[in-house]
Amino acid sequence: MNRAQAADAGHVTAAPDAVDRRIILATQAGLPLCERPWHALAEQLGMNAGTLMRRVQALQASGVIRRIAAVPNHYTLGYHANGMSVWDVPDEVVDDLGRRVGMLDFVSHCYRRPRYLPEWPYNLFAMVHGRTRSEVGDRVQQIATLLEGHDRCHDVLYSRRILKKTGLRLRE
Amino acid sequence: MDDTDRRLVTLLQDGIPVCERPFDTVAGQLGITVDDVLGRLQVLLDDRVLSRFGPLYNAERLGGTISLCAMQVEPGRFDEVAMLVNAHPEVAHNYEREHALNMWFVVATESPEQHSRVLESIGRDSGCRVYDMPKLQEYFLDLRLPA
Repeated sequence: MNRAQAADAGHVTAAPDAVDRRIILATQAGLPLCERPWHALAEQLGMNAGTLMRRVQALQASGVIRRIAAVPNHYTLGYHANGMSVWDVPDEVVDDLGRRVGMLDFVSHCYRRPRYLPEWPYNLFAMVHGRTRSEVGDRVQQIATLLEGHDRCHDVLYSRRILKKTGLRLRE
Repeated sequence: MDDTDRRLVTLLQDGIPVCERPFDTVAGQLGITVDDVLGRLQVLLDDRVLSRFGPLYNAERLGGTISLCAMQVEPGRFDEVAMLVNAHPEVAHNYEREHALNMWFVVATESPEQHSRVLESIGRDSGCRVYDMPKLQEYFLDLRLPA
């Protein structure tokens, strides 16, 4: 899926049934690390492995699962700078600008969010990763250039520490 | 981390298929055995190069809500407040950022009611105003870093 398709993809939203819920609970902290992880999981859940894999494939097709993959810790990978750039752009053009900012390859998340006036005027968020702050700063400048005259004000919130990173967890 | 580890991290961020032996392809691409892949993957997780390996779930597709929240926390109380925020299993990530709003966390819940309960509880227990910033529109989401 390319960046434009990802932004436009629409999926049905529904609460998971009891079987899917058990699968989510069993895998939300991670997948068993063995040659046949779905078979190991099926055994643990008392399910047929083929049924389990078809369920997981269906969850992936419907967008409940984005992919079965590794989540990097960007600090240990050398990406020490992580700047959440926030922008105040006119509401009439935010969707168009957001799509264009989201297509920049160094932007990992790009969202429109509510303002809290007067203290928080920003409605467009773009997360920028880099090895150094100066690299992030250069990239933020590229966003400013792309936004041209629509950038009424912006800020970059650098991260100082990860306080928690577990990903989604359902309550058991 | 050697060169093979770096290539493994890059490949595993793209994901593995759902099939009987999902690590075979990655092992073949790297020219190593599946046992070696699994051993390296365990070390990468133990060393916290990777924070997780498995299905990446999308809370909203489960009928739930996900929101970015911010608070202004006095520096002297920061760690104490971080602990009470992190104690909620619904808090998926929490970052300290350099701004007057210095604590930014993601709350993922299975229902709007649960979302309100968690935010009320955090606001009450911390004594801080919680700025709830749910996304109104998603333009792009994908985080894959070259290792």
